[in-house]
Amino acid sequence: MSADQLNILIADDEAPARKRLRELLSDIPGTHVVGEALTGKQAIALTEEMHPDVLLLDIRMPEMDGLETAEHLQKLEHPPAIIFATAYDEHAVQAFELNAVDYLLKPIRLERLANALRKARTLLPAQMEELRQIRSARTHFSVTERGRILLVAVDEVIFLRAELKYLTVRTLDREYLIEESLTQIEQEFPERFVRLHRNCLAARSSIRGFEKHHGIDGEVHWVALLKGPDDVLPVSRRQQHIVREFGSQ
Amino acid sequence: MASIKQNNLRIPVTLPDFRNMGVQLRILLLVNAMAAVAAVVRSETLASTLPALLQLSAAVQPILLLTLLGLFLLNNALARLSYHLGMVAVMMLVVLLTAGVQNFAGNLFALETAPSLWRSFFLSSVVVATLLLYFNLRSRALSPAIAEARLQALQARIRPHFLFNSLNAVLSLIRTDPKRAETALEDMADLFRVLMADNRQLVPLQNELELCRQYLDLEKLRLEERLQLIWHIDNMPEDALIPPLVLQPLLENAVYHGIEPFEKGGEITINLYRSRDQVHLVLTNPYRLKGDHHIGNKMALGNIRERLALHYDAEAQLMTKVIGDQYRVHIVIPYRRSKST
Repeated sequence: MSADQLNILIADDEAPARKRLRELLSDIPGTHVVGEALTGKQAIALTEEMHPDVLLLDIRMPEMDGLETAEHLQKLEHPPAIIFATAYDEHAVQAFELNAVDYLLKPIRLERLANALRKARTLLPAQMEELRQIRSARTHFSVTERGRILLVAVDEVIFLRAELKYLTVRTLDREYLIEESLTQIEQEFPERFVRLHRNCLAARSSIRGFEKHHGIDGEVHWVALLKGPDDVLPVSRRQQHIVREFGSQ
Repeated sequence: MASIKQNNLRIPVTLPDFRNMGVQLRILLLVNAMAAVAAVVRSETLASTLPALLQLSAAVQPILLLTLLGLFLLNNALARLSYHLGMVAVMMLVVLLTAGVQNFAGNLFALETAPSLWRSFFLSSVVVATLLLYFNLRSRALSPAIAEARLQALQARIRPHFLFNSLNAVLSLIRTDPKRAETALEDMADLFRVLMADNRQLVPLQNELELCRQYLDLEKLRLEERLQLIWHIDNMPEDALIPPLVLQPLLENAVYHGIEPFEKGGEITINLYRSRDQVHLVLTNPYRLKGDHHIGNKMALGNIRERLALHYDAEAQLMTKVIGDQYRVHIVIPYRRSKST
């Protein structure tokens, strides 16, 4: 690998689409394909492993789509330049145009690909912020630990609790700290998580039931019991209506 | 070109058939409803509404009944006139009857405060004009031409997503497997020929099935072993007539929502059978609750539902159901055989 060679990672779930990109890239001198990913998750893993200069990233992929993948990748110290590819996605294309994000329309043309590779650069925080507006709810939360991206499946999260600057994300196995706001997560996943307290969201599917606790001050308050961990989560007075809603289900 | 189309879609509006019971009933009800509204407007208290209505009714009913009788007798003559002349004739008839009735009543009861004739002319003209407008709009809304136009507008459209991804897949074959690329392009041509055709006539189920196979071949090209198909078509009535492009858009939905979102893909089951005088089309595909592409799905389903209603009215059904992690669409269509086979 020479210094002036562009290392490229391809991420697309469709084999013919990957093959087509490989063929086109073989016609562009100075490019080298370092790997192929079939899902967004694989794209993240391969990016960490191969450190490509450019990631050709399909938007519509199973499990984790391209826009979400790009968001998680920004946590890397040196994220690759990203060029999105899509067959048809009016929403995304509009956002790309508005924010000067590199993208290619499928079927991809050789000249356009060569051109995009020449000016490829990493996403700016402002661009990422705009893309966040158009992507659908995430499948994963991400945390960086020792320079690597750790993905936490949203499905596995039991509750999230705000502590000072961070959120604690609790799964069955362990806890993670993420830098996000509880309110934003509540808005992103209105179906999945329910607000128990000013500082706590719990997965609806993880709530086993509610119990009355008698505090030291003699006051009675409700707590949520969970499937799995022994934690009991207090329910604030303002949110007590969810105890009733839960019972009526 | 554009003007020709417009001419085709122009709907000949005619006067309603005044000998039709429904039309007579509608006139009777609407005129009395207007009288009731007028009574409410004129009276300030609830107690004075009923006397006002009675008074109004006494003036209106004779004219109304005589008009209905007149229209019944003159119906055939009116139908021969042009629509515009017909409207004028109806208007004249009502005005004449109004004058006659009022004159007669004035003599009979020697009313001191006979209502102004001009006022009566004006009010009865307004009522007639409103009714004519109502029948005009009604005939437009129910015209078969509108139903035809709606069918045309409801033609199933293929997802651009599928078109461009398939073209991309075919391009990937050209260098290494030109034969397969040829077949794929031929399939695509057939598919688009049907999509762009005039799809208002029913087609044999066999034709639709062939189209579906060509469509699925193209999807298989992109999705490879992720797309698994299970066919139950041994008891399929090949000669049954169905609206074109009922099955294909459903399969497209199944692929888009049930296969593409999954890394490992999944199975689509296609079950076509006849039970007594009904044809059943049942599709199942994997389903996950949180899919966020519901809108497209609902549009396709709404489109098919509306086309079924236009073809069969209430005789056809489209049901959807989530059973665990499976999504099922079940269509029931009355069994009609094509004559050629």
